[in-house]
Amino acid sequence: MKINFILFFFIIVSVASHAQNRTLNVCAQDCEFSSIQTAVDQAKPGDSIFIKKGIYKEHDIFIDQKSIHLYGEKGSIVDIDHKGYGFKVEASDFSITNLSIKNVEVSYTSDYAAIYLFKCFDFKLKNITLEKAFFGFLIEKSKDGVVEQNDISGTGQSEASSGNAIHLWNSKEMTIRDNEVYDMRDGIYIEFGGDNVFENNYSHDNMRYGLHFMFSDDNRYSYNTFQNNSAGVAVMFSKRIEMNHNVFKKNWGTASYGLLLKEINDGKIYNNTFENNTIGITADGSTRMVYRENDFINNGYAVKFVGGSYQNDFSRNNFLYNNFDLSYSGGLNNNSFDTNYWSDYTGYDLDKDGYGDVPYRPVKLFSYLVNQTPESIILLRSLFIDIINFSEKVTPVFTPENLVDYQPLMHEVQW
Amino acid sequence: MLKILKYSFFDLVRSRWSYVYFLFYLLLSSVLLFLNNDLSKAIITLLNVVIILVPLIGTIFGVMYYYDSQEFTELLMAQPITRKSIFLGQFLGVATSLSLSVLLGLGIPFVLYGLFQSNVIFDFLILIVVAVFLSFIFSALAFNIALSNTNKIKGFGYAILVWLLLAVIYDGAFLMALMYFQEYPLDQFSLLATLFNPIDLSRILILLKLDISALLGYTGAIFSAFFGTVWGSFVSVGVLVLWVVFPLWRMLHTVNKKDF
Amino acid sequence: MVEFKDIHKKFGKNEVLSGINLKIQKGKTTAILGPNGSGKTTLIKILLGMNHANSGEILVNNTSIRNNWSYRKNMDYLPQIANFPGNIKVKEIIAMMKDLRQQTARDKELTAYFELKPYLNTNLSHLSGGYKQKVNLVLSLMFDSPFIILDEPTSGLDPLSLIKLKELLKKEQEQGKTILITSHIMSFVEEISDHISFILDGKVYFDGSIGELKSTTGKANFEYAIANLLKTNHA
Repeated sequence: MKINFILFFFIIVSVASHAQNRTLNVCAQDCEFSSIQTAVDQAKPGDSIFIKKGIYKEHDIFIDQKSIHLYGEKGSIVDIDHKGYGFKVEASDFSITNLSIKNVEVSYTSDYAAIYLFKCFDFKLKNITLEKAFFGFLIEKSKDGVVEQNDISGTGQSEASSGNAIHLWNSKEMTIRDNEVYDMRDGIYIEFGGDNVFENNYSHDNMRYGLHFMFSDDNRYSYNTFQNNSAGVAVMFSKRIEMNHNVFKKNWGTASYGLLLKEINDGKIYNNTFENNTIGITADGSTRMVYRENDFINNGYAVKFVGGSYQNDFSRNNFLYNNFDLSYSGGLNNNSFDTNYWSDYTGYDLDKDGYGDVPYRPVKLFSYLVNQTPESIILLRSLFIDIINFSEKVTPVFTPENLVDYQPLMHEVQW
Repeated sequence: MLKILKYSFFDLVRSRWSYVYFLFYLLLSSVLLFLNNDLSKAIITLLNVVIILVPLIGTIFGVMYYYDSQEFTELLMAQPITRKSIFLGQFLGVATSLSLSVLLGLGIPFVLYGLFQSNVIFDFLILIVVAVFLSFIFSALAFNIALSNTNKIKGFGYAILVWLLLAVIYDGAFLMALMYFQEYPLDQFSLLATLFNPIDLSRILILLKLDISALLGYTGAIFSAFFGTVWGSFVSVGVLVLWVVFPLWRMLHTVNKKDF
Repeated sequence: MVEFKDIHKKFGKNEVLSGINLKIQKGKTTAILGPNGSGKTTLIKILLGMNHANSGEILVNNTSIRNNWSYRKNMDYLPQIANFPGNIKVKEIIAMMKDLRQQTARDKELTAYFELKPYLNTNLSHLSGGYKQKVNLVLSLMFDSPFIILDEPTSGLDPLSLIKLKELLKKEQEQGKTILITSHIMSFVEEISDHISFILDGKVYFDGSIGELKSTTGKANFEYAIANLLKTNHA
């Protein structure tokens, strides 16, 4: 009897609380609410707010400690009209989906965003279209969120008047996937964050980086495409980053590159494609990195080592038709380049074991000279350069003696 | 002069050399275009060939033509025409027939390929303009060399030497200078050094038009900033024109004083 | 007609002509003779403006040829070596010369005379040396100029053509043309010329008619007379 009563009580409570979960409708005329902010204020935790088609001129909509779910009809637009933030949220277990937000205020002192999250947990931002965003999503001190299928674009005018599409600060265990971000400063930016996953995003035509890591360890990004950004991805001061199955292409310009590694170590880079970038990878002080089964196709430089980098291991990569496969300064530093495929390799394989019998030297004399005297690049494609490259290939004098692939592959690696 | 030009042009256009030269370019650009399918790449490869081969063939061919037609030139000199018109006519005959071989050899495949629908037409035009300039410059140099050397072997030797000097040795010295003075700002110097050599100037003019110019980095940006302006284009065309005019002036000067 | 006044010419240190004074008389055929390297061709080249004299003056019809080219309208010149642009046809080179000089020409008559008609459409590079010389003759004689300069006209000609050339030149003489020739074939010179100028070491050693030459040297044979000139002056 007593047990039955308790059971009955639970059923009553759960039914009652369920019954309390309402959907509040917002629309321009003839609804309960004509303002999103009022609906939010009136909503109880667990309620949903349905925003009907129409343009809502509102800004700084504040969701304070309330687990609610906002969703829009097709054609529901929040126009911030350059007056600050769109939404400001400090809550857990909430979601915002199917909405358009536009005209975020541009400021040189405040980071105005379409949606600003602070200390949020277990949330979802999905299918949101942002136009003329200054910052898109600005997410701080948050955890366990999903940001997916959003379309974020800025005005693409100048780096100073643009923010980042998805900006994570001090946030953990987030999943950022299937987003398209373009015409912003950085496509995706992450600072002081760990255990985040970036998957299948398309970041293009951004003025700075497609994806940018600062001081963020143990993150992974996979299956993304970074195209025509000023630089594809920059990974700086971060450890144990895993990078796989990404495409870096057409990041082309005087100071452009596909991937910049600066002061990072113990990362893994595999199955990526670097195509038509001025520089495929610039490695500046990166150590104990593993490069495996990547394709470097048609880049100006495939890989450029700038500062002291140690114990990097390149194997089973394809270097195809790059102007320079490798630019290198300093000593070998325990970096190894064995068992790669180089399209410039002209050796032979008499014992038919799949490895060329003559070692390959990936550093051309010219790329060495350019490292010493950058101005000498102006002799690119001069007959004299071809001649000295050839003579260096036959009898190396200047290039690091043991910077050699002792087992160059005879056939392209299929991966 | 026009009459001399007409006949030496007819003579040259019918020669086996012209056909070989024309067919070579025709074959090369056809192969590059139809096997590679990438206009921009094809232009880069053609650039490499053009800046080496056009000067080489221009000098050799110019010297050869001069020595070959020496006796006929004497016959012409006994006619009531000025020396100036004889040599200017012969020079223009050589230069235009060489230019025509390059123009048609490169041009026909590009037109067939559908160049006019493509936005690389300007890159291609620059390549052609540069090739024509180089033909004129190096045949003018060749005439100078031949005029100053009665000994054919010496003449051919000097022709090869001049080509080597401008195509290879100059760049070697340029590179050495860059390495030696690497502590100093070198942008102005490299700009100037490039302007002085028609082969280097041609190479840079084309490179700057192509995607590959991004590789030139900071130095390339300075070059673009210079050559991209009206003043820069004016200067570079001016320098190329000077490279034709100065040897021609010297040629006419020598011709008037020389005993044949 | 033509007057050489104190012509000096040096090639480097080598003095080729050292004061040539000579008058070519109008309506006569003058042969310039001398051993190899005596300066015959140089003298002709100076007359034609191909070489510049170091000093001295040449008058053609009493006008100096310095900085002048139009006087060559009245001259026909047959060069010693016949070499033409290879890829041009015989008729084209004839047309070219006519084009250059814009003067009436008797090219048809001469090509028929030298039996060149079948070769009019042949490229010059395909002609034998003898035929090239025939083309050379046509080119230089076709303008019917009053002054003709022939530098070794007989080289490469077969005997039949040589006879034809002689007959042609005799006709020209009858028309009162002035002719200047150099040749190594003494019989040809004797048969054709009225006047002999003998040049040695850059100077004129003899200038007079064939009769005068024979009487001065005391030899009845022309060839011996020339040889005698050489001997006495070298001794």
